[in-house]
Amino acid sequence: MSGESLSLAMPTASPHAHAGGSVTRVMARVMLALLPATLYGFWLYGWPAFHLFMFTIMFALFGEAFALRLMRRPAMPVLLDGSALLTGWLLALSLPPWAPWWIGAVGGLFATLVAKQLFGGLGQNLFNPAMVARVALLISFPVPMTLWIAPLPLGSVGAPGFVAGLQITLAAANTVPQLDAVASASLLGFAKTELSRGIDLLHAAANAPVLSWVGARAGSLGETAALLIAGGGVALILMGIISWHIPVAMLAGIALPAFIGHAVDPARYLDVATHLLSGAAMLCAFFIATDYVTSPNTRLGQLVFGMGCGLLTWLIRTYGGYPEGVAFAVLLMNALTPAIDRLVKPRIYGRDRKGKPLEPPEAAT
Amino acid sequence: MGLIEKVFSLLGPAIHTDWGVHPADRKRPAADSPVRGLPLPERLHVPLQQHIGAAARPIMLVGQTVLKGQLIAEAQGATSAAVHAPTSGIVTAIGDISAPHPSGLSFSAVTIESDGADRWADTGASVDPFSLPPQEIARRVAAAGVVGLGGATFPSALKLGLGLRAKIHTLILNGGECEPYLSCDDRLMRDCATEIVDGIRIMLHATGATRALVGIEDNKPEAIASMTAAAHDFPDIKVRSVPARYPMGSEKHLFSELTGQEVPADGRTTDLGALVHNVGTAWAVHEALRQGRPLVERLVTLNGGALERPGNIRVPIGTLVEDVLAFAGLRSEPARLVMGGPMMGNRLPHARVPVVKGTSGILALTAAEAASLEPGPCIRCSTCVRACPVGLLPLEMSARIGVDDLNGAVALGLKDCIACGCCSYVCPSRIPLVHYFNHAKGELAAQGRAQLRNEAAKRLAAARIERLAREAQEKTAAAARRKAERAAQKAAEKAAAEAAQQAAQPAAEETTT
Amino acid sequence: MIAAILSVTLLGIALGFALGFAARKFAVETDARVAEIGAMMPGTNCGQCGYPGCPGAAAAIAAGEATVTVCPPGGKALATALAAKLGIAADLSGVSDEGPKIATIAEEICIGCCRCIKECPTDAIVGAAKQIHAVMREACTGCGNCVDRCPTEAVKMEPVPVTLQHWVWPKPQAKVEQAWA
Repeated sequence: MSGESLSLAMPTASPHAHAGGSVTRVMARVMLALLPATLYGFWLYGWPAFHLFMFTIMFALFGEAFALRLMRRPAMPVLLDGSALLTGWLLALSLPPWAPWWIGAVGGLFATLVAKQLFGGLGQNLFNPAMVARVALLISFPVPMTLWIAPLPLGSVGAPGFVAGLQITLAAANTVPQLDAVASASLLGFAKTELSRGIDLLHAAANAPVLSWVGARAGSLGETAALLIAGGGVALILMGIISWHIPVAMLAGIALPAFIGHAVDPARYLDVATHLLSGAAMLCAFFIATDYVTSPNTRLGQLVFGMGCGLLTWLIRTYGGYPEGVAFAVLLMNALTPAIDRLVKPRIYGRDRKGKPLEPPEAAT
Repeated sequence: MGLIEKVFSLLGPAIHTDWGVHPADRKRPAADSPVRGLPLPERLHVPLQQHIGAAARPIMLVGQTVLKGQLIAEAQGATSAAVHAPTSGIVTAIGDISAPHPSGLSFSAVTIESDGADRWADTGASVDPFSLPPQEIARRVAAAGVVGLGGATFPSALKLGLGLRAKIHTLILNGGECEPYLSCDDRLMRDCATEIVDGIRIMLHATGATRALVGIEDNKPEAIASMTAAAHDFPDIKVRSVPARYPMGSEKHLFSELTGQEVPADGRTTDLGALVHNVGTAWAVHEALRQGRPLVERLVTLNGGALERPGNIRVPIGTLVEDVLAFAGLRSEPARLVMGGPMMGNRLPHARVPVVKGTSGILALTAAEAASLEPGPCIRCSTCVRACPVGLLPLEMSARIGVDDLNGAVALGLKDCIACGCCSYVCPSRIPLVHYFNHAKGELAAQGRAQLRNEAAKRLAAARIERLAREAQEKTAAAARRKAERAAQKAAEKAAAEAAQQAAQPAAEETTT
Repeated sequence: MIAAILSVTLLGIALGFALGFAARKFAVETDARVAEIGAMMPGTNCGQCGYPGCPGAAAAIAAGEATVTVCPPGGKALATALAAKLGIAADLSGVSDEGPKIATIAEEICIGCCRCIKECPTDAIVGAAKQIHAVMREACTGCGNCVDRCPTEAVKMEPVPVTLQHWVWPKPQAKVEQAWA
């Protein structure tokens, strides 16, 4: 700081106007876009899903507040920006709906405390906190993290009520008697298991779980309703919160190899629709890969990033050990984001892409 | 890496085409109300530095009487501009006054107490400017103290001369006025289109350009209509409507919009055969050449939510902002006073600062309009990247500057930043990005100056050492010389003595033989 | 097992000898950076750093004994240049940035003794015996050597007034960073 000016109050620089956006508003709009798919998830999987959702968010907020408290910084303004709430929300949507409460608790704490605040808080984290937490949970607690239940909509026969739902969420996973009765496999998991048993997909198709556009299938809390998620994502694009580049590139990155693979060998490779509608592909393409903090700055970079997410997802799903690879794919591409941002920069006016001044045209007439 | 870059350069679009922002323009109703004149203020404080370059040198003494339009300070050095008395009266002081600048520092000004008569000095007989050689027009424009009225206040005569040397073919008139709130150029084009067109013709003659393009944003249909009508009889003057988008009024952006060419980063529009002037400058050139009137007043937009009667008024240069505000009436205490537009204008430290040649507007903003909130952390949303009309990465640059890595910011293109304010305007975290860039640019300039100073000091120190050595050498040389001289003298004496002796001896021998 | 222990031990000994040999054989007698840093210093030998002249300061900086901010006349510009040269992060907070100062001579007290003139490393003071001296602002580096030499205390160090042309926007204060510190 130049001392000459110390005697003067901090001057205010231009501009003296603002478009009016704020971080809180951005977060609120993303949550609004997530609401339909979330409510649908609650309806589809009943009260346990709702309870798990609340637990996850509560602990995510708690983790954030705790970290800020440790650093002796005021927690309230940071909590009010909505980013921790959104992180918890996204994590909850990616969990098995009837998972026990401590899954949500550990995940929520891990997301905000380790994946976000340890890196320096909002804007400093290299990896998407929700996906870090999901992956941490998946490799730490593989059983409760892959125990899917068949849809049991609110009001249908056998669906647990509010209290019974709370009991399911609060109980340890394997002591729930009903769970075995309603346990089911996700389509991706089913395909992986069948292939590993040596049964090709054409023969396995008869017993396969039904693929559903409306999302009435086994899966994570908020990942099944592909149409609702895509609708929310399109709304975000129209509101100008996200651009189309990452979602389109990521879906294309999954769809292209899936299309080629399926055309070559349908017995070995799942078809495009299954890839796009299963697992977390939609949620990820619109809401997780598009996370501002962990995605590239330029549109070209975003295209590269989305394409990479999609390709890696397909690779992991097809050849990897896990049936679902979205979280891993996003984390891997998150790690590449700084490199992409370094390589892909917008061209500066009057300069070429390398940053050298343009040559003036000879004798312009 | 090189290969990857090559692939991207093939893939990459030329430059992102959706640069800039679309702020609410808030030009009306001020733009639609007719121009008013400001009642003559009692005292005017005419600054000596109202332009880029060296301050003018006052040629008046305190107590002298001046007439309106009389030269009170002459240009000093190559880049400078003359200053004239905006009204008739008595020079009561030559001293410091607060500059219309965020620092609140002062600069020198000539204070004139008005005699109320507002008498013009003899402006000389008018001549047909087209009978004058181009250099003479530039000379007269310089004598009239005309500077760029768009805000950059570069001495116009220099620019005309530059155009003549650079063999330009196109004169571009900037009627973009892309800043929100401002409408002085709009108003001038509506009311004085004929005068502007005449000014343009004089400038065409002065620069040797063959055509003039007037670029006006399409949110000013009245101005476009008025200018088109005025230029109807002159086929070499074309009025072009350009899309309203901030910062369209940036010289390089308007040039690109009108010609489809891009100005190289290290060049100017003159390298591509075009010279850009503000429409207000064309009006000032007309006044200077046809009426012989120097630039002593200008049209200023008064706007902002805190004002009772917003509008455009004719203000003599040197009027205090508080006098102007009193004329417009304050509805409420303004949260922020701004000179210029809201995107690039300067926040005023207080209202006791003079209106200068570059004052396009005075804004009295309410707290809601000024929209200042505490900045939060950057969420890397890259909205600023999309908004930047130059193609920079504001978020990365400000992060570098935040940790004092100025060279890192320069490597990212800090020097290409035009400080238009788009990035700060859209930032959801309200990070004062432009402030970071201002700081870095100023700091770099200061370091550059310090560097020069250090080098000069080094040269001086070396010169001193050399001088001391030379002096010592001279001293010893002198001493040696003296010694030698003394020795020579002695030797000579001795020799003379010997010679005398020898002379005596032969004589003696002769006498003996 | 024995073979592994032996081979690793032998390898260690061999490499150790190689390193020791290299350290002696290729030892750098003088730090090449001293000359380079010396070239960057103002060269006025004003002594404000506390080292014997600019070469002394350069040696101290290269040896890590002095910080890059040791040279007041060089100021921030020199400090950043030196930090870049040495590849270290400059802690500029310690730079005396109360702004540059220059010497001024009170004309009414000056007796024209010429002592300050002899002391000035940049010949920035003009004058002659029994004539009032004056400082050429452009040439003064603000080293302050002249102040002590003046028998009548006519020489004073005064800050260079900030003008509009030299004013620099202060760095925006980020609340978050402050909370961290």
